[in-house]
Amino acid sequence: MTPTPPIDILRFNTCGSVDDGKSTLIGRLLYDSKSLMEDQIEALERSADITGGGQINLANLTDGLRAEREQGITIDVAYRYFATPRRRFIIADTPGHVQYTRNMVTGASTANLAIVLVDARKGVVEQTRRHIFLAALLGIPHLVIAVNKMDLVGWSEDRFQEIRADCEAFLPRLDVLRDVKFIPLCAQDGDNVVTPSTRTPWYQGPALLGHLETVHIASDYNLSAFRFPVQWVNRPARPDHPVWHDFRGFSGQIAGGIVKVGQPLLLLPSGLRSTVREIWTYDGALPEAFCPQSVTLRIEDEIDCSRGDVWVSPDALPGCATDLEARLVWMHPKPLTPGRKFHLKHTTTLCRAVVTALENRVNFADLDVEPDPPAQLGLNDIGRVRLKTTRPLVFDGYRSNRLTGSFILIEEGSNHTVAAGLLEPPRELYKPEFEDFAI
Amino acid sequence: MSNYHLDHLDHLESEAIYVLREVAAEFERPALLFSGGKDSICLLRLAEKAFRPSDLPLPLLNVDTGHHFPELNEFRDRRATELGARLIVRKVEDAIAAGIAVPVPGEISRNRLQIPTLLAALEEFRFDCAIGGARRDEEKARAKERFFSFRDAFGQWDPKNQRPELWNLYNARLNPGEHMRVFPLSNWTEMDVWEYIDRERLDVPSIYFSHRRSCVRRHGQWLPVTPLLPPRDAETVRELVVRVRTIGDIISTGLVESPANTVTDIITEIAAARVTERGSRADDRTSEAAMEDRKKQGYF
Repeated sequence: MTPTPPIDILRFNTCGSVDDGKSTLIGRLLYDSKSLMEDQIEALERSADITGGGQINLANLTDGLRAEREQGITIDVAYRYFATPRRRFIIADTPGHVQYTRNMVTGASTANLAIVLVDARKGVVEQTRRHIFLAALLGIPHLVIAVNKMDLVGWSEDRFQEIRADCEAFLPRLDVLRDVKFIPLCAQDGDNVVTPSTRTPWYQGPALLGHLETVHIASDYNLSAFRFPVQWVNRPARPDHPVWHDFRGFSGQIAGGIVKVGQPLLLLPSGLRSTVREIWTYDGALPEAFCPQSVTLRIEDEIDCSRGDVWVSPDALPGCATDLEARLVWMHPKPLTPGRKFHLKHTTTLCRAVVTALENRVNFADLDVEPDPPAQLGLNDIGRVRLKTTRPLVFDGYRSNRLTGSFILIEEGSNHTVAAGLLEPPRELYKPEFEDFAI
Repeated sequence: MSNYHLDHLDHLESEAIYVLREVAAEFERPALLFSGGKDSICLLRLAEKAFRPSDLPLPLLNVDTGHHFPELNEFRDRRATELGARLIVRKVEDAIAAGIAVPVPGEISRNRLQIPTLLAALEEFRFDCAIGGARRDEEKARAKERFFSFRDAFGQWDPKNQRPELWNLYNARLNPGEHMRVFPLSNWTEMDVWEYIDRERLDVPSIYFSHRRSCVRRHGQWLPVTPLLPPRDAETVRELVVRVRTIGDIISTGLVESPANTVTDIITEIAAARVTERGSRADDRTSEAAMEDRKKQGYF
């Protein structure tokens, strides 16, 4: 057998205002890349005959809920899967309506790339700025601004460049967006979606799919600082078993960095130290493991360690604190006011937290923060807050590690997920108590 | 391994193991829905990878409609025994006798009647979480599903009011009487499942491979002739070489004509397929929203 290059997965989300044509674009990607099956096409044709006056509506492919088809809008994140010989793709089709911004954040939180649709006639609107800002906030490294409905502006290069200039005016303030691509297209007709269009001779770049297939997704994962939040303590209750009678392992998914057998580790928040004895997996022991592998670590010493504790590398220390600063995306109709208490989930830790102060709020009209502390954060507001937790969080700034820098707030009683939190870098790193043991 | 690269199956596997361990850690009484079908076969291997060398910290649960392919039930029982897992089977037949599931006059399909049977089983054992093998690529109502899908005290899914699911932070909190459905294979496609079965050399029920069977053509599909589904007057019974692509009840599972004898053959066949997996399930063809409607009521 000849070796084939490993196939990787690109996760991307699509966002834009209502009627910018997101669902149509996804339908077109699936249709033109031959990812649609005959029965799906037949179902589209059936609904076209019944409700569409014979016109196939590609949006019906992703708008899977009855209420969505009735209203012609996307309510909830729909996930779609397709593959080309080069890559597997997971699409999160996220709603454009302001009221569903929380779902856009949901889709974006795990994405490598975001496609923001702009209607060529309407240009950059507040929702566009909001979506680009959210993509930057959530640390999505690659962005595509898809200027759609170019047919309705006569394929005008001037109009395309105008929209590009409008975006570039505020992009520099969003410094995490390293890679931004502008593509003129018409999702309805398929121009520049899968195949390059003959109607945009002035555009030299790739069609959208070509870009998605080749964009370099340098690992989204942090491989420099080892982080291992303990998920589940693995202790087989087999006192008589020759091998497993004294097995005690810590199971979890590596949230950052690399671990090797024999490596010294520090357990936080307790500050205890030990060494890796074995990296156990069902398929056999490994000499080393890395993010995002799920493994079971066996440690040399008998140490008190349970779910929520984090093994870290002593030469790349995280923050470890109960007083935290974070940016919060508020997702509930009932506004957030200072002093409210919540459950907080961060890595595998569940504790309680109080929001002690609201420090600022982002104004989406100009993407600036308002100078005065707000009295509250309303649905879809984003602002900086201070929190205090009942147990120390072992964390990194969101920008250096998405997995150890994020948390959610859960309302007590209703159990709704009410906020997404992105931690600021720690003010100070964990300080080992006994300096003579420090490395 | 030296370049710290994971391929797509490694990624999906690690994600699913993480989800299974979250379930074991966060819920008091979880169960894993195991039918013996290909998706739940993958789930079981993932559970082994998540929890070994410990015993599986959850029992297996199956709702037997009484219309199962016999090969499937045999496989289910054998696999549970091999793993040393506890298998709980609850029958639609018994639920009907107990008045828990009430068929409408003339209703032959057990599809709808699985729902109250499942909900009663969850209540009986006070399960607070049921892990299922559903995938988002199967069907468009499922494309909207979360990894952790909240069900209210009536077992209902409210697709318009789902909890936002951010990063890998799953909100597992419940009030008494509510439960969670968890889908570790959410991001897997039909192709991923078969590639995983191939990679892990997993055993699957024989009906996935080509075999001879008496069939009748109904609603554009080949359905197996059995005592539950005798041929009607005008129908011709054909002896065909077929296999199942997805397994539902024996009265509603469309058979595809296929010479595929091995997992590799199946992978080749799927790569060239021009209809979706669910295209062969009569239960999904009733209406555009058939799956959504069943899911809202508490379907798998």
